[in-house]
Amino acid sequence: MTVPMATSFLQSESFIYVLYIIAFSLFIQGLRGLAGPTTAVRGNRIAAVGMAIAVIATLLKPDEGNWGLIALGIALGTAVGVPAARQVKMTAMPQMVALFNGVGGGAVFLIAWAEFRRTGGYSGIATYITIFSLFAAIVGSVSFWGSNIAFGKLQEIIPGRPITLGAGQQVVNGLLLVLALAGAIDIASGNHSEAIFIGVLVCAALLGNAVVLPIGGADMPVVISLLNAFTGLSAAATGVALNNPAMIVAGMIVGASGTILTNLMAVAMNRSIPAIVAGGFGGGGAVEGASGAGEHAGTVRSTTAADAAIQLAYANRVVVVPGYGMAVAQAQHAVRELTKELEDRGVEVSYAIHPVAGRMPGHMNVLLAEADVPYDQLKEMDDANPEFQRTDVSLVIGANDVTNPAAKNTPSSPIYGMPILEVNDSHSVIVIKRSMNPGFAGIENELYYDPKTTMLFGDAKSAVSEITAELAQI
Amino acid sequence: MILASVLTTNLAILVLAGFIGFVVISKVPNTLHTPLMSGTNAIHGIVLLGGLLLIGLSGNDAFNKVILVIAIVFGTINIIGGFLVTDRMLEMFKSKPKPAKEREDEHEAGGKER
Repeated sequence: MTVPMATSFLQSESFIYVLYIIAFSLFIQGLRGLAGPTTAVRGNRIAAVGMAIAVIATLLKPDEGNWGLIALGIALGTAVGVPAARQVKMTAMPQMVALFNGVGGGAVFLIAWAEFRRTGGYSGIATYITIFSLFAAIVGSVSFWGSNIAFGKLQEIIPGRPITLGAGQQVVNGLLLVLALAGAIDIASGNHSEAIFIGVLVCAALLGNAVVLPIGGADMPVVISLLNAFTGLSAAATGVALNNPAMIVAGMIVGASGTILTNLMAVAMNRSIPAIVAGGFGGGGAVEGASGAGEHAGTVRSTTAADAAIQLAYANRVVVVPGYGMAVAQAQHAVRELTKELEDRGVEVSYAIHPVAGRMPGHMNVLLAEADVPYDQLKEMDDANPEFQRTDVSLVIGANDVTNPAAKNTPSSPIYGMPILEVNDSHSVIVIKRSMNPGFAGIENELYYDPKTTMLFGDAKSAVSEITAELAQI
Repeated sequence: MILASVLTTNLAILVLAGFIGFVVISKVPNTLHTPLMSGTNAIHGIVLLGGLLLIGLSGNDAFNKVILVIAIVFGTINIIGGFLVTDRMLEMFKSKPKPAKEREDEHEAGGKER
């Protein structure tokens, strides 16, 4: 097999390269399908076919070997991946994405490590290959550990609140980064010591932990997007190091996607990416919030499920504003039942979704789609806001900071300037909430003191079901 | 000379792919951002190729074989899990712009055993 003369056409460099070109074309074509819900399923399958072609092309390589180990690895990966993907609940999707992202990063740094060992510490290969491989090792390791921490937080194995070293945090992070880079520079300039390579991996691993631990739960949409971009870029770097065009293209597309999403999330929170990565927002915000709390001498009016049902039944137009509370309570099906009941009574229902509602970009949309909510009822923030003025009742379910008018009216508020859903423009507002506890940003929501607003305290799922039950009796 | 041209070709692919990525991803609506994330997640599972490439070259280094098998396991989880979960999610969106009542019911019966 290693004799060049014996290489068949199927195993020739050119044929394999052409297969890679077909593969990455299918990735791009597949992602184009994601522009709309009707073409998206097909798009995803097209990308999957591209992936199968890329794998087959690689297995055709004449110097391929160790077939038993390859079969073992693929069999194990399938045995873990298939049931996980089949059984995961839609509410657990953010942690699933974090986990898949982590294993990708893990594969990247392990591959870089194997490459280091195989070449005797990058001896006798071009310097640029060494640099790209080291980049992949560091970023892959950061992404692996960072994603695992994000998974732990979302799965609530680790507390979701920021865990920080205090003022020393930035110094420690900086030090770890400098150490990892110093080790990498040492290796790139000719040191073949594996101990140093492992040291680089360890520093990057600690950095991944140290960066994500201080970030609070509600900032997770940004973190997941950012780690997604990281894994993509490290995959592209691996592609350059291994001279593989399919890996380069696929990695860069993922890098671009992650970067776009990260930016979008940061804009929707009105915060810079460095500020989010620096973390600890929950703590600082709570102090400011506590001082602001006393300013609201207004009263909070609570309501009952029966009253809420009457209010909704006689409305012409109702907008549902879901938030993380709906996901936690797994209330999406109950919400759908309520809105179905309302629609049967001739009420016009739509859903207004803030970009950062939930724990990952588009989280609420997935949950509502699971509950069979029609796609065209899901409104993005910019489309939803002008509609609130002609809305009779806004039903806020487990959303808090994204509806706080302070973001528009109170320059001293920590969330001032953040784009919000302007539910206070509607004729009346019903807020379903477990208690008066402030949301993630730790600040009071002025909306709750608005005379138009009534509060229905309770778990989102049972509260919504109660309203539906009351509605049936009207 | 040859090395330089491989590098520059790969850099060209890298940069062009970045631009294409930005253009294509910008067209994805907010509503589909979760499937987008899990779909691109599956695509970066392409690192599996690295594991497959190197394991054929790894000779007798037993430790290398171990870490590469782990890398292949990770890559496979990433690809298979990522595509499957994205497919599941997108199926839920697909049945939405309700064409006919019966068809919607069909989808419900077929696509949603949990």
